[in-house]
Amino acid sequence: MSTDHVPEYPMPRAAGCPFDPPPLLKQLQEEAPLTPISVFGKPAWMITRYAGQRLLADPRLSSDVSRPNFQGSSPQLLPQDDRFGAGFIALDDPEHSRMRRMVTAPFTVKRVEALRPKVQSIVDRLIDDLLAGPNPADLMAALALPIPSLVICELLGVPYENHDFFQQNSLSLLDTTAGPADQLKAHSNLGSFLDELIGQKITNPGEDLLTDLAEQVRAGNLSRSEAAGNGLLMLVAGHETTANMIALGTLALLEHPDQFELLKKTDDPSAVGGAVEELLRYLNIAHKGRWRQVVEDIEFEGHTLKAGDNVVFANNIANRDPAVFADPDTLDLTRDARQHVAFGFGPHACLGQPLARMELKVVYHTLYHRIPTLRLAVPLEEIPFKHDATVYGVASLPVTW
Amino acid sequence: MKIIVDQDKCVASGQCVSSAPDVFDQREDDGIVVLLNDNPPAGLADDVRQAAALCPALVITIVE
Repeated sequence: MSTDHVPEYPMPRAAGCPFDPPPLLKQLQEEAPLTPISVFGKPAWMITRYAGQRLLADPRLSSDVSRPNFQGSSPQLLPQDDRFGAGFIALDDPEHSRMRRMVTAPFTVKRVEALRPKVQSIVDRLIDDLLAGPNPADLMAALALPIPSLVICELLGVPYENHDFFQQNSLSLLDTTAGPADQLKAHSNLGSFLDELIGQKITNPGEDLLTDLAEQVRAGNLSRSEAAGNGLLMLVAGHETTANMIALGTLALLEHPDQFELLKKTDDPSAVGGAVEELLRYLNIAHKGRWRQVVEDIEFEGHTLKAGDNVVFANNIANRDPAVFADPDTLDLTRDARQHVAFGFGPHACLGQPLARMELKVVYHTLYHRIPTLRLAVPLEEIPFKHDATVYGVASLPVTW
Repeated sequence: MKIIVDQDKCVASGQCVSSAPDVFDQREDDGIVVLLNDNPPAGLADDVRQAAALCPALVITIVE
């Protein structure tokens, strides 16, 4: 692969189109199923069409960031170079699967549904507080961030009073413009925090996921650092993602009043569920793609992906592929969008997806029914979008009602 | 219709249970797929096809 005259990653979104993927991605998708690109000066392959995302299930692709020349979405490698590591997302099967299955129990459809009344009461209480407080208000700080943070704290057994600490460090960890030193510091801060909590759970067990991890340490199945690293992964992934879907989803609805009306009027759970899937498809907050390295040569669309090549799967533009989604750039809450790849595909598909779906259904249904006059308090141009964050969204969302 | 699932590759996304709860369940201790009925009645065929299409790990195989 040559890096001369090839598209460069990262690619900017178009001005004034905060919900759409970079226009260059659309062009690449139209042109070919496989594109040579340059990532911070190094060659890689990019797969932009929906059909190509299925290759993510191929075991000849590795997620192991410790492999030589592994390329990710940051100029530097992810800050895994402390004793906590990057958790099982940066491992391959069978080790990845062994560790992942230690933490999947609370995310079954049945366990998640059992949690719904608790989530509903959290959402109700925070909306009460919002309505009793100043108007306008920042929806991100008042609802979008606290809801998933409270839920994941409950599930993991992390004291919520530490939320300023873990939210701030999560933002630094996921900021691709932060230097490696700052990212590593945020990672180590979070790792030490989780490590201490796991120590407490070993001597004083509760009924939560950190206690399950502590039990695996006691049984010799995990080192304490590995347990802390996996706890860190769950804590960060559990609040930052859903928070951005709540805030960015609300903003997208405010900018599409006809769709907002549909959601405000319905009490049909399947219509709300369909709206969640469509907003996941349309917004694609995990907008930096899925990064893999080829372990063994793969024939793909008439080309050979050679062992050692890096490949990025652009799930954001794949979810706008007209071959699968008619009129893909239109937000249509009534379409069947369930086959989207917003949660990824293959062995690393998001493990929290049943929880995320339930939380979003509760929020999208409750918030707009209770505050139907919700609207932006500032012009769209003044909303701060997080273009450089690993998880896309808004830094704040001033609203009034 | 005959259904085969690959528990080794299952990622516990729960998409099958949401699509066809009478045919698929999840193990309590790790969420891995459990097949409740490997030969479901014709009335459930569409739900089962939906489950197979939505599985992010491609572990559901249908033999028509």
